Amino acid sequence: MSFAETIIPKEHLLGKTLPDLKRIAGKLGLPAFVAAQIAYWLYKTNIQSYDEMTNISKKVRLLLAEHYELGVVEPVKVQQSEDGTKKYLFPVSSHKFIETAFIPDARRNTLCVSSQVGCKMGCLFCATGRQGFQDQLSAGQIINQLRSIPERELITNIVFMGMGEPFDNAEEVMKAQEILTAAYGFELSARKVTVSTIGIVPAMEVFLRESKCNLAVSMHSPFDEERRKLMPIQHVYPIKDVIDTINCADLGKYRRVSIEYIVFGELNDTQKHVKELARLLNKTRCRINLIHFHPVPNVPLPPTNEDRLIEFQRALNEKGIVTTIRASRGLDIDAACGLLSTKALIQRENGDF
Amino acid sequence: MNSVESKPNVKFKSVSILSNTEISPNVFLLSFKRDFAFKAGQVLGIAVSSNDDARLYSIASGENDENISLLYNIKPGGKLTPNLAILRPDDTLWITVPFGSYAGSDEPAYWIAAGTGIAPFYSMFRSGLGSDKVLIHGSRTLDAFYFSDELLNDFGPRYVRCCSQQEGEGTYHGRVTQYLESLNNLPEDQKYYLCGSAEMVVECREILLSKGIPFSNVVAEIYF
Ligand SMILES: Cc1cc2nc3c(=O)[nH]c(=O)nc-3n(C[C@H](O)[C@H](O)[C@H](O)COP(=O)(O)OP(=O)(O)OC[C@H]3O[C@@H](n4cnc5c(N)ncnc54)[C@H](O)[C@@H]3O)c2cc1C
Ligand code: SF4
Repeated sequence: MSFAETIIPKEHLLGKTLPDLKRIAGKLGLPAFVAAQIAYWLYKTNIQSYDEMTNISKKVRLLLAEHYELGVVEPVKVQQSEDGTKKYLFPVSSHKFIETAFIPDARRNTLCVSSQVGCKMGCLFCATGRQGFQDQLSAGQIINQLRSIPERELITNIVFMGMGEPFDNAEEVMKAQEILTAAYGFELSARKVTVSTIGIVPAMEVFLRESKCNLAVSMHSPFDEERRKLMPIQHVYPIKDVIDTINCADLGKYRRVSIEYIVFGELNDTQKHVKELARLLNKTRCRINLIHFHPVPNVPLPPTNEDRLIEFQRALNEKGIVTTIRASRGLDIDAACGLLSTKALIQRENGDF
Repeated sequence: MNSVESKPNVKFKSVSILSNTEISPNVFLLSFKRDFAFKAGQVLGIAVSSNDDARLYSIASGENDENISLLYNIKPGGKLTPNLAILRPDDTLWITVPFGSYAGSDEPAYWIAAGTGIAPFYSMFRSGLGSDKVLIHGSRTLDAFYFSDELLNDFGPRYVRCCSQQEGEGTYHGRVTQYLESLNNLPEDQKYYLCGSAEMVVECREILLSKGIPFSNVVAEIYF
């Protein structure tokens, strides 16, 4: 074994798009059709080793194994909530973990996937944001969250609402959404895949142009001053620019945009907010999802006030904006999307201070 | 390039570099002539080729200074900074218009930075907003207190350098977070500006909140 082989980990095949696999085949001197065969085994089956790729010759399997790891990783832990929600814990490296939530309900089975280990965006209300950032996930590590759970075949919807800001890892997320929706991949309808962002405008523009998947934008306040206090990103990409970007995009007939709005009691649930939301979203074809806020330790934000929440929803609907209240799921296992917590498992690395 | 021309972060113009100096190991101060107005605390998008994605940098010079300066450190394996560091005077740099709303004010406030996160505060200081401010800068090594001669001269005891890995005269030995923990009776009605990595901002914010500072008085810029 050469020195390089001892220290450089092998690349993973899981997470490669078909064009990536064709390049790999070319590099290894294999015919192009091998790429499609590999894609089949990676994305249409749940094989765990090269040996199970039975329509690929042993020689080629050995060659692949020599250069690439398959990249399939089993969850190390699963917790189940009383309401059927499950939270899977996947290892990313020896001391880094990510969470994936499986959320079944009467009409659909949703998988909430993570796009980063931790997050850099520092939203005040978010447990993930308060853990800081540990690592980017590769497309393979994103795809693995679907591929390696027992409910894989049952999943009808994917939401990128777990740990991390997807558009702070845009290249890998773009690959992952391609594999989820492509004919060679998981073949999910783009209408069943939603990427959720706090609005990193440049990457969002690319996504709106190059993907057909749905977009969810975390707004939480339509007011500049107030949103800045909740979400530092507002200093850089104000919500007005985020909405303008959506308004400039060609969304076609079916693509859905939703506005995610965590409701803090008597903070962002007033008539003033209703009016400003209606003004800001005047030209946007979207719906609003209102989300309960359940107190997070040491976060100085008030929990949702139920009566006000219902009144807020009614007032928004009256303004002509389709507004729903999202059911809270998996509360007993801390599985609310975007509020996943693996604090005990995550070690902070030494920063620049 | 992006088709939406109106977005501030995607439309580049070229400028010619005046200097790009390593002021501390792996940390550079890059300058070019200023031919636009900006507000202290704003950022620019930067690229070495007009086909690249922009990375954001706080402007590290005053609103009326002749040149625009940017302070950056090389991220090993990074897409931009290793390539930025090899640029020489007269080389071309691609910049966007300045944008962002991380703005200072005349009122008394705490400015708390780590590493290159000192940049917006230095810009605010150079733009005349330094009076009545306490400036706290955290770094790992003593050679990473950028602009310290000028800042010491102006801020005197209101300029606190926290050095986590080396001891030095006139500096606090410990992380900026430890220093904040050690402070009592922080005024609750002043603003606390934070700037640096996500970890630094989030940890400092938690300490401030635990000391009774209302979240509405914490103003954070994260270098993501
Ligand atoms: C508002 C704002 C202001 C900023 N101001 C400043 C400033 O004044 N000065 C300053 O120095 N910086 C500033 N930054 C940060 C700056 O924009 C860049 O992010 C930084 O300089 C790194 O750029 P890069 O292209 O060299 O590195 P990148 O390519 O972005 O990589 C950064 C690091 O992440 C690692 N990395 C990249 N991709 C992956 C991956 N897929 N998996 C794992 N690791 C990965 C790289 O190895 C590298 O260590 C600011 C950021 C923001 C948002
Ligand atoms: S809400 Fe989303 S973007 Fe904000 S800190 Fe949490 S994970 Fe990151």
